[in-house]
Amino acid sequence: MITLQNIEKVYRTSTIETLALNNINLDIRKGEFVSIMGPSGCGKSTLLNVMGLLDEPSKGTVQLDGQAVTQYRDKELARLRNQKIGFIFQSFHLINDLTVLDNVEIPLLYRSQNGRPRQDYAKDALTKVGLSNRMKHFPKQLSGGQKQRVAIARAIVGNPDIILADEPTGNLDSAMGNEIMNILQQLNDDGATIVMVTHDEQMAKRTHRLIRLFDGTQVL
Amino acid sequence: MLLNYIKIAWKVLLRHPFYTFITLFGISLTLTVLMVLTSFLDHLFGSHYPETRRDRSLYIMQMEQRDSSLTSRQSGPMSFKFLTDYAKSLETAERVTICTFVNSSNAYVGSQKIKLNTKFTDADFWHVTQFDFLEGKPYNEQNIANGDYVVVINDDLKKQYFGNTTESVVGKDIDIENIHYKVIGVVKGGPVTRPFTYSDVYFPYTAPKSNYQKSSMRGGYVAIILAKNKADLKTVQDEFQSHISRIPLPGIQEGFKYATLTVKAEPYVENFIGTILDGGPGLATIFFGIIGFVLFMLLGLPAINLVNINVSRIMERASEIGIRKAFGAPVRTLVWQFIVENIFITFIGGAIALVLTAVVIHLINASGWIAYADLTINVNVFLISLVVCLIFGLLSGVLPALRMSKLTIAEALKS
Repeated sequence: MITLQNIEKVYRTSTIETLALNNINLDIRKGEFVSIMGPSGCGKSTLLNVMGLLDEPSKGTVQLDGQAVTQYRDKELARLRNQKIGFIFQSFHLINDLTVLDNVEIPLLYRSQNGRPRQDYAKDALTKVGLSNRMKHFPKQLSGGQKQRVAIARAIVGNPDIILADEPTGNLDSAMGNEIMNILQQLNDDGATIVMVTHDEQMAKRTHRLIRLFDGTQVL
Repeated sequence: MLLNYIKIAWKVLLRHPFYTFITLFGISLTLTVLMVLTSFLDHLFGSHYPETRRDRSLYIMQMEQRDSSLTSRQSGPMSFKFLTDYAKSLETAERVTICTFVNSSNAYVGSQKIKLNTKFTDADFWHVTQFDFLEGKPYNEQNIANGDYVVVINDDLKKQYFGNTTESVVGKDIDIENIHYKVIGVVKGGPVTRPFTYSDVYFPYTAPKSNYQKSSMRGGYVAIILAKNKADLKTVQDEFQSHISRIPLPGIQEGFKYATLTVKAEPYVENFIGTILDGGPGLATIFFGIIGFVLFMLLGLPAINLVNINVSRIMERASEIGIRKAFGAPVRTLVWQFIVENIFITFIGGAIALVLTAVVIHLINASGWIAYADLTINVNVFLISLVVCLIFGLLSGVLPALRMSKLTIAEALKS
């Protein structure tokens, strides 16, 4: 589903060059639930960004469903992100000025989907994460766990093949974290491929496969 | 999609009330100045009282004679005879009026002097123009043929000369330059900014001191040609030029040997600008340079200021940009979103500006700064204001949107 070959990511400033990812080779298969672990600053989020086409690698190839996408232009990358990938972030990244329903509709805005079906899909997604009673609320009116559930609804509303989650339980207490993990597991059971960055060994144990990074290099 | 953009724009406005106040204040003030300016230009050039048929009128204001070496020239209004021969005789026109430009004179009420603007006209003047007669009627061909000492005055002079009376002054005497005239009609005055028709007193051209008998080409008269309809303007112009081309060249006039003679019948705006640009291409450069500079000051500088405000406002929303890009928004769509938002905000500013413009226009009209000023926000002014809002919104929205589009998603999400 996602194949990374010889991926290298270098951050350069005028005085310093930092190697964030070094020779990463990975193959994420359809239906897998993979976790990525490693100490802070080891390149976990960078790896997830490269997989999710949010950041370009300095070297190497990214393949999605067998297609090399590294040379794709902005419009094509945007279409791939929109149709194939859903993101969940540690700090939720909801738009505070929009209601929960409007936030969940965002991926569908870029699919030329009409207003009424768009709302219906968003309502379905919110129902799946148990937030059908919070549609008209604004993010600031929700708890951390509720915000992350909104973020999950937004990630799944477009029915993507892949869900990339960057420390989805990182800002939540353990009870909330477990709740989110249960939802992710359910999504995986329903067929979604999930790659999750986490610091939590217990959460990682609940996934099919664990990848460990250290100083930008894959060690497991 | 559009609703989503507007919703966001509205929320962003409410997020920082002071910031919003500064932004809207800047936009409204700029647009108010532009709208008042538009209204003033409409007042100057549009079809308004008493020249309500300007859209199908042609104006003949001056003739220009140049010598063969093009080193010296004479220009100015024409004689009554010249305009009678070459303009009054037009067959394609509905009517042609010949009148003087604005002259001045004095009248006395007791020992108090009243300074007057005067105009000598033919009887057609009252058909080509559309004055409201508050009392009496205009003088006609018969009055002119008889050489009657009659005048039409405006309501302002009636008030100054006869006092605040509600009684009709038709038939009463008025002394101007020690000559007795009988008031035959009182009209509602027109603004001084319409010099072809503005005056306090209108005399038949056969009244004393009109110099209508002058036989040379040049004199003190101008003409307004009323075409049957707008489409006829070109035909009338062509006929007039064919009349003018019959004048033998070269010729001598009051000792001046001329090789070329130019007289134009033009729509009002062209006539007005032509008068300003009469000094040649150098003056045209200066004129358009000043216009460009004023427009830049009015539209460009506030737009640049707004660009700065917008850049910081958009960068504040880097995280939102990152989210939208992550979920599939192409750069072009985001640029469009920010332009739409900016146009929406500009239109809010435009609505405020429209109210402010109405207030300013009312103040100008009531101040007496321009006598009989009748500035309005009509359909033309409103439509031009809409276009100005759109241009302003685009100008101040495109650059910040492009700047935003360069943000990488990972960077934007970190902020």
